Amino acid sequence: MSTPDDVLRLLAEAYPDASEHLRGLRDRLAAAAQADGILDLAYRTVDSPVGPLLLAATELGLVRVAYASEDHNEVLQALSDRISPRVLHAPERLDPVARELEEYFAGRRRVFDVPLDWHLSAGFRSTVLHRLPEIGYGHTASYATVAEMAGNPKAVRAVGSACATNPLPVVVPCHRVVRSDGGLGGYLGGVEVKRTLLTLEAAV
Amino acid sequence: MGKPPFDSVVAEHGSTVLRVCRAVLGPVDADDAWSETFLSAMKAYPDLPADANLEAWLVTIAHRRAIDVIRAVARRAVSVAELPETDGAPAADHRDLDLTDALIRLPPKQRQAVAYHYLAGLPYADVAAVLGGSADAARRAAADGVATLRRTYPGRNARRGEPR
Repeated sequence: MSTPDDVLRLLAEAYPDASEHLRGLRDRLAAAAQADGILDLAYRTVDSPVGPLLLAATELGLVRVAYASEDHNEVLQALSDRISPRVLHAPERLDPVARELEEYFAGRRRVFDVPLDWHLSAGFRSTVLHRLPEIGYGHTASYATVAEMAGNPKAVRAVGSACATNPLPVVVPCHRVVRSDGGLGGYLGGVEVKRTLLTLEAAV
Repeated sequence: MGKPPFDSVVAEHGSTVLRVCRAVLGPVDADDAWSETFLSAMKAYPDLPADANLEAWLVTIAHRRAIDVIRAVARRAVSVAELPETDGAPAADHRDLDLTDALIRLPPKQRQAVAYHYLAGLPYADVAAVLGGSADAARRAAADGVATLRRTYPGRNARRGEPR
């Protein structure tokens, strides 16, 4: 038997790279998975004044917003491990969130009203995060005040770690939590991003 | 860290699975087979062992979907398998026949063995697991298929003088 490398080389060339075509097929797959109820996690990225944001949603609602500094690939892997590996790039489910974020960054929106999936936070951290939307647009509250709001005035450090691990930054406004002495305090997206968001809210 | 998000699986293997579907089914039915393959794969993905061979797993699913399509096509009695077989020197009216057409005219088992081994890169043991039968039988089917392609593919005549 001779080596059939001529036909095999041609065979490889006979099915050229079809990346454009595959994009269409992947969109179709996302739609079919959604229709079949097996799209456990849909994700997309959006550009914003604070860099690209990864958005991920379950059937219940928005479950994760991530800054580029968190490494979107690692975030997707963590979501896959924690929630479900049935993850697809499926922008449609995130359209309402993307629209509200765009309005927010344009100064035309003060409150987010998309459904949220709180599965990634538990215990006292979850209690803290649930209270944050009560800090109004353009306002700030100290870590100590938020600890009181959450029913445990002594848990100031726990408020700090709740904010530092907020799975839904921007939408759940942990950027409005600052130090009692007027300092900005830390921020999971970097303190410059925190300053940008607070400046944006103050300017309107 | 567990298995990769399914989106990465599609990104990494989508192109190979499409080539396999096109080779086995032709361009018309390939898209549906690709979609059904990844949809069934996604359904089963959470239960797949983390150390599974993804490529072999996907080709196995694609193979089953392709068999469904081939059977449906056969029932409609417009199967490509019923096109007259070419043997020996190609006839003049096959001048435009492209290699993918030549491949699609192979008997299914040969076509599948060629696609799974040469396009998907599966070793013959894995090809045998997909097709049933032994690794030797899979190797023979692929070799027979390639031999027929070399005999029937007219484009080859134009390239016969090429250095190897």
